[in-house]
Amino acid sequence: MPFNLLVASCLLYVIFLFAVAFLVERRAHLGRLGWLRSPLVYTLSLSIYCTAWTFYGAVGYAARSGLEFLTIYFGPTLVFIGWWWLLRKLVRIGREYRVTSIADLISSRFGKSNTLGVIVTLICVVAATPYIALQLQSVVLSFGVFASATPDGQAPPDPEQTAIWVAVGLALFTILFGTRNLDAKEQHHGIVTAIAVEAVVKLVALLAVGAFVVWGLAGGVSEIIAKIDAADLAAWQVQPGRWTGLIFLSAVAVITLPRMFQVLVVENADEGHLARASWAFPLYLLAMSLFIVPIAVIGLERMPAGANPDMFVLTLPLSEGQGGLAMLAFLGGFSSATSMVIVESIALATMISNHIVIPLWLHLRPSAARGDDLRSVVLTARRLAIAGVLALGYGYYHVSGGSAALAAIGLIAFLGVAQILPALIGGLFWRGATRIGAMAGLLVGFAVWAYTSFLPSFGPGAVLSESVFTQGLFGLSWLRPQALFGTEAMDPLTHALFWSLVLNATAFCLGSLLTFPGPVERLQGAAFVNVFDGGAGPQRWARGQAEPEALLTMAQRILGEDAALTLFQSAARDQGKEGFLPDPTPAFLDSLEGRLSGSVGAATAHAMISQLVGRATVSVEDLMAVASESAQILEYSAQLEAREAELTRTAGALREANEKLTQLSIQKDAFLSQISHELRTPMTSIRAFSEILTEGDLPPDMVVKYGKIIHDEAKRLTRLLDDLLDLSVLENGTVQLNLTLASLQQMLDHALTAARQTRPERSFTIQRDLPSEAIYLKTDSDRLVQVFINLISNARKYCDAADPVLRIAVRQRAGRVTIDIIDNGSGIPKDSQSLIFEKFARLTDANRAGGAGLGLAICREIMTNLGGSVAYLPGQGGAAFRVTVPLRLEKAAA
Amino acid sequence: MARPKSPPVFLGRTLYRRRRLRDAARLLPVVGVLLLLLPLLWVSDVEVRLGSGEVVYFFVVWLALIGLAAAFAPGLTRGDKADDQEED
Amino acid sequence: MSGHVLLIEDEPNIAEAMRFLLTREGFRMSHLSEGDEVLARIRSDRPDLVILDHMLPGMSGLEILQALRADPDTRTLPVMMLTARGRDRELAERAGADRFISKPFSNAEILAEVRAMTGR
Repeated sequence: MPFNLLVASCLLYVIFLFAVAFLVERRAHLGRLGWLRSPLVYTLSLSIYCTAWTFYGAVGYAARSGLEFLTIYFGPTLVFIGWWWLLRKLVRIGREYRVTSIADLISSRFGKSNTLGVIVTLICVVAATPYIALQLQSVVLSFGVFASATPDGQAPPDPEQTAIWVAVGLALFTILFGTRNLDAKEQHHGIVTAIAVEAVVKLVALLAVGAFVVWGLAGGVSEIIAKIDAADLAAWQVQPGRWTGLIFLSAVAVITLPRMFQVLVVENADEGHLARASWAFPLYLLAMSLFIVPIAVIGLERMPAGANPDMFVLTLPLSEGQGGLAMLAFLGGFSSATSMVIVESIALATMISNHIVIPLWLHLRPSAARGDDLRSVVLTARRLAIAGVLALGYGYYHVSGGSAALAAIGLIAFLGVAQILPALIGGLFWRGATRIGAMAGLLVGFAVWAYTSFLPSFGPGAVLSESVFTQGLFGLSWLRPQALFGTEAMDPLTHALFWSLVLNATAFCLGSLLTFPGPVERLQGAAFVNVFDGGAGPQRWARGQAEPEALLTMAQRILGEDAALTLFQSAARDQGKEGFLPDPTPAFLDSLEGRLSGSVGAATAHAMISQLVGRATVSVEDLMAVASESAQILEYSAQLEAREAELTRTAGALREANEKLTQLSIQKDAFLSQISHELRTPMTSIRAFSEILTEGDLPPDMVVKYGKIIHDEAKRLTRLLDDLLDLSVLENGTVQLNLTLASLQQMLDHALTAARQTRPERSFTIQRDLPSEAIYLKTDSDRLVQVFINLISNARKYCDAADPVLRIAVRQRAGRVTIDIIDNGSGIPKDSQSLIFEKFARLTDANRAGGAGLGLAICREIMTNLGGSVAYLPGQGGAAFRVTVPLRLEKAAA
Repeated sequence: MARPKSPPVFLGRTLYRRRRLRDAARLLPVVGVLLLLLPLLWVSDVEVRLGSGEVVYFFVVWLALIGLAAAFAPGLTRGDKADDQEED
Repeated sequence: MSGHVLLIEDEPNIAEAMRFLLTREGFRMSHLSEGDEVLARIRSDRPDLVILDHMLPGMSGLEILQALRADPDTRTLPVMMLTARGRDRELAERAGADRFISKPFSNAEILAEVRAMTGR
């Protein structure tokens, strides 16, 4: 196959994946995922366990070491069919605590310690780098195979160049679909579906090659069995220790590999999917390995001696003249490599940004928790991290120069991430596990792994000198990297596996036994270990002193404006309050922290909220409650809590209603005297000046001046009476609405022009997004414009910024349109926010521009009549009002 | 919600079945490990040779484990909500 | 020269009318539109009469009156309250206002009161 045609097919294939990911993202956006969130897609996405190492390397592995390659599948099979033990708990915890990565899980379990998060992140990055290099290498090798098979003398592609292009392409794809949004709980529907498609491609490809080999080349099942027995059996020997060790290692890896954790836990949409995957995923693995042995045997038989067995899947069909089949196999291998790299780099990028970049950013700029838009920082960090991870992978590939045996690197990577296991298992099942213990275990395990497995993999003399290998570190022979404590008889991998995990677990247990956990650690430990008992975990916040408005501002920086407002509004409603600002109750702080950790990880979310709440989060009483928990107390308190929550909600609603009534009755009293005052004031001027004028003998210019004052005051009187009349008509609901179809943009234009005459005259910068305003509303446009004029004039009157800016943001959602009118002044103080829509509720008289404080009351009545609402929007950095109108107002609603 | 004040000594038939099914599910990987290590035990040599007989054996065991897991899975998810806590 | 009147009133038009009326009668007029600086101004200017509006931005008329009556220096200073609200009269009386004028007032009425209070 010509090389350029191959590149074209690859590109076509990638474009196809792009389209899949794009369409799914769009459906997800519209909330119509349907079958795309099925157990089938979940199971297929798990298949990123099978990387290019499996796709190409398994055959090579089988050719070199016989059935040993099966151990790599047996481990995951055992873990999945035993899902009731571990995976169920893992997935439950992942969902309950919105875990974003394995580093987040460990850090969250051990008291939201970011140090632990950093350690796990670093281990994962170090272990994954060679693995990513391996994927690049396999793509490059398979390109090489095709290019050398081209007959027309076209120059073979430079492997370096291919590797660069593949790395850049993958980075681009991942950034495009992996960092589109900071979704709560970090789910990437588009990518997961694309991965599922790739899973099908690689399975079909391997099965097709296998079927071709068995029935096309060998001549049937019985023949192939005969050939297996006749093949060179000398290589097919197995060491029991290594066999057992590899099953264990792969079982561990399937849980701890960052990419597996990502698809298994983070992207899990429904716990029920796990039950299905418990047998479907092993079945997939079985299908993937079904034909490995036949392909290896026939490959060894037919291919020239010295041919790379890692490439048999590709070279065998090629040499038999099956170009189409080879193409399919190539795409299968391409899929394996790309899907692994994409998910791995997303998982690593999430860890890097959540545990390293963001904490660093917050540390360097402590004000950032309230100030800057963290979303863009997080997204940028994540994008850069993806590029960085791929650059590391490419760098490793470049430096290692593509060494021959693929399997060795894969196993070393497995062993690296396996170091997380003791902390993970201990954290999930042992309440006594502590942060110090976890840290000690991870560091010891990582060091031993690096010394016995990772560094020696570069070969003697590369990183570790020759003498270290033969005589041990510092000449101490019991410190030889492949014979610690004199255990020479062990195979190097088993040796490294044994010592790293034994020392890791020992350090972990000792550290846990000898240290005392902090309060947050103990609470988190209890919550994680007992995740299946009694619903929500213990309350992690004492009653906070945070200002709800500051919390809202922070939440908006991370979750985005809409999501944050919705969250706060529903929390306020649960507490029986109106508006956007719930009380900072412990329950609310907990749920807010949960939402934030879904985006930036538990440790960062906790730190950010602590900063606002400004004090230690758990009290001694809380701890006592945890320590003395018993079934009765739990049950009793659960009932009490439920009742108390109900009572609190009712009480909240009542209190609010009562406050409102009291205030209303005070205002009712005040209303009459207010009216009297508002009427008497202009009448005083009118009376005084008309008496002066009646006396005569004034210079003409004075007559004109005083006449004008009388005229103005009379107009003011009229306006006041108009407003009062308007208000009473609106309040009684007897207003006649004149429904027409009108352009929102024109209405806003009109309002801005009309409001320009407002005193004091100042130049305002107006920010609008005209395309978003191209909406036709069926409503009473005169009335709606009246509301706009009122809000805009208010901003003009009261905005106290040096460079006043007025922003108008329009959004359309579910048949309703929201128009936000936001200025950059100092806003309205919190205790006044609930009053401003009441009659005569002018806040300060500093700028009495002739209004009587009826404007917002009228606005509210108009909006009620138009089937919409107007509300004060807190946390926007200035005074902000949100007008909500139905897109089409029906007559009946009027 | 919370647990009953004093748990009944005898469970209803369906609940009892469900608990035993969970036991079986927990047992399955243990059985799997034994079966997958078995070939190492039936040849006493230090160096074990694996041939086509073993290939067939492994795939049959593998398939059987998958079959059992598939048989258990629906029963395990059913009633998960009502009876969640980890108890026996 | 007993004719210095300090007017504290936030409505510019009412203040304008008063200024016209009182200066025409030969009084010296100063005017403040906010309650905050009033006390300092009274201490420095020592007016013969204070005309105080009831509803003011900043410190309210009633608070100013209370502060004046609490200070021995200004305890006897004649104060005339302008009220729009009938029932506030009682509060003002208790706080120690000497006279009240309800808005809207007639020019003759207010001139008569001012003359009576300044003894002219």
